[in-house]
Amino acid sequence: MNAFTTVTSRAVPLIRDDIDTDIIIPSREIRSVTKKGLAKGLFAGWRYDAGYEPKPDFVLNRPEYAGAQILLGGANFGCGSSREQAVWALAEHGFRVIVAPSFNPIFRRNCVRNFVLPAIADPVPMAKVDGPLHVDLAARTISGGDQTWTFEIDEGSAEVLASGLDEIGRTMLSADKIGAWRAKDRASRPWIYLENRA
Amino acid sequence: MTFSFPSSPRTLFQKIWDGHVVDGGTDALVAIDRIWLHERTGGVALTSLAESGRTIAEPANVFVTLDHVVDTLPGRTDETIMPTGSEFIRVTRDAALAAGLTFFDLDDERQGIIHVISPEQGVVLPGVTLVCPDSHTCTQGAFGALAWGIGSTEAEHALATMTLNLVRPQTMRISVGGVLGGDVQAKDLALYVISQIGSAGARGHVIEFAGSAIEALSIEGRMTLCNMAAEMGAFSAIIAPDAKVFEYLNGRPYAPKGSDWDAALESWQDLSSDDGATFDAEFAFDAADVAPMVSWGTNPQQSAPFGLAPASGKAADGDARSLDYMDVSANQPVAGLPIGGAFIGSCTNARFEDLEIAARVLKGRKVADGVRAICVPGSGGVKRRAEDAGIDLVFREAGFEWREPGCSMCFFVGGESFGEGERVISSTNRNFENRQGAGTRTHIASPASVAASAVLGRIASVRELEELEAVR
Repeated sequence: MNAFTTVTSRAVPLIRDDIDTDIIIPSREIRSVTKKGLAKGLFAGWRYDAGYEPKPDFVLNRPEYAGAQILLGGANFGCGSSREQAVWALAEHGFRVIVAPSFNPIFRRNCVRNFVLPAIADPVPMAKVDGPLHVDLAARTISGGDQTWTFEIDEGSAEVLASGLDEIGRTMLSADKIGAWRAKDRASRPWIYLENRA
Repeated sequence: MTFSFPSSPRTLFQKIWDGHVVDGGTDALVAIDRIWLHERTGGVALTSLAESGRTIAEPANVFVTLDHVVDTLPGRTDETIMPTGSEFIRVTRDAALAAGLTFFDLDDERQGIIHVISPEQGVVLPGVTLVCPDSHTCTQGAFGALAWGIGSTEAEHALATMTLNLVRPQTMRISVGGVLGGDVQAKDLALYVISQIGSAGARGHVIEFAGSAIEALSIEGRMTLCNMAAEMGAFSAIIAPDAKVFEYLNGRPYAPKGSDWDAALESWQDLSSDDGATFDAEFAFDAADVAPMVSWGTNPQQSAPFGLAPASGKAADGDARSLDYMDVSANQPVAGLPIGGAFIGSCTNARFEDLEIAARVLKGRKVADGVRAICVPGSGGVKRRAEDAGIDLVFREAGFEWREPGCSMCFFVGGESFGEGERVISSTNRNFENRQGAGTRTHIASPASVAASAVLGRIASVRELEELEAVR
């Protein structure tokens, strides 16, 4: 079940602006036409040395963050390439929430479609909490220690996350509306429909 | 929910949006007119959709090509220098053909970088909605289309339903008045704007580029500018289509013909922002303030005019790390630093005009010793046109490699790279860490600046090259 309700976990602090999708998963780590098997390449450029051995000082390699499901990032998180492999890698690694002051729009939509919550919080003060955070989608809150913060997410995305349902299936429920729109559009813009091309 | 009344002034974006909303308001189901896919992110969408047992709603409106991981060396085959690249090629080809999609294969002259071939083929048109799982899809907004990058899962949704669920993006107008200097290209303008508004300065917005300097740009220059909107964090970019656009598209293979063309042309006359239309954000710049630009850091916003040091621009967090990675000093201009590589190519700057301008710089000159210089035309059409004009000879005689079309070394996929610590000047769009190879230091600039730097063996503008030669 993909439906997102709450997550309680340690949060990995990676607070740096403009973390791009090349950093999240370098292109060279995308070796196969699949959504799977990408976690190993997550942050590969920062995570491994030249011999592909984990760098002990990189935050993701620290034992206290093993199994963490929350990632705290900087502004413009996920900028650059549209590659959804970045989100597939984050999700496969176990991340279910990314908190950042702002997200790249394509990356943000990719998160939602993979049931990863892109929570907007500016600044990201919870990075200072030394213990688990509790993220509540319905309440739009993140709490830790004795503090609680709010985050933002658009209504439509929150619904998709909470439903856990396949988006195409949901849209197909509107097939009649789409069909009616198309029929009208075909009459007014026939050149759009290339099956008619002479 | 907000409603827009036809009688109230609307932006160009709003007109296209209103024309495509199937259901909803600001949170809408939006009709998609055109879909492009490439092997890197499109193949997985096609296979995943097929596995789910779903079909493609309008196969005739879906176009597929190979550009991202294909080799660009002469005599290329499905086997790639990138390990496992052939899997991406074969899976995508098989899935595209099985689904009955229009597919431009490696041996097809129409093959090339999507954002170069889509206009060449007349696939993008004013007023259409066009999507592709590629962040530089905004390039095609130069034709007055609403064209934007999506993820692979969104691509599956678009393929299955010819719609996408979307929150209406905000609007931004960036007006550039005045006239660009003779040695200033669209790429310089793009880097200037990014350096001013920042790499997230247009986040989530549809940018409309407007003003006299934009109107004066060629179609190809407009594409370069819209392309770089991805580096401003924009949802997309758009420019009101004018006679230049209509003339460019007329007669292209997939553009409307005959009476359809006449009807389409008439419908396109309304594609501009109404007087009095309001934008969520506005910026205005003067073209006279724009000089040839080069990036010094690891993000396109970290760019400056050739003669200025990084510290002259806006300070930002992370600068120390960027300076360290690039091995540059905050107080020294990057101009003058020796280079090991020069690259002309990519969806940003690999069109005919780009190659022609670079060739003008290279004619009668030679690439400096120790510089590996590469030119990768953006499409089969660009390549042939350049060869017909003798431009390939100018590049070859200067010492450039002349290659087959594709994205090539704009990014490192595990195959070819410029190498650890190598400093490269590149006509591409991203100077991210490791973008062109592990440890490679990328400076982005216009094709003319790349050509001038290749000749001098160090980061230099055309102006500097010409002044040096005048002194001699």
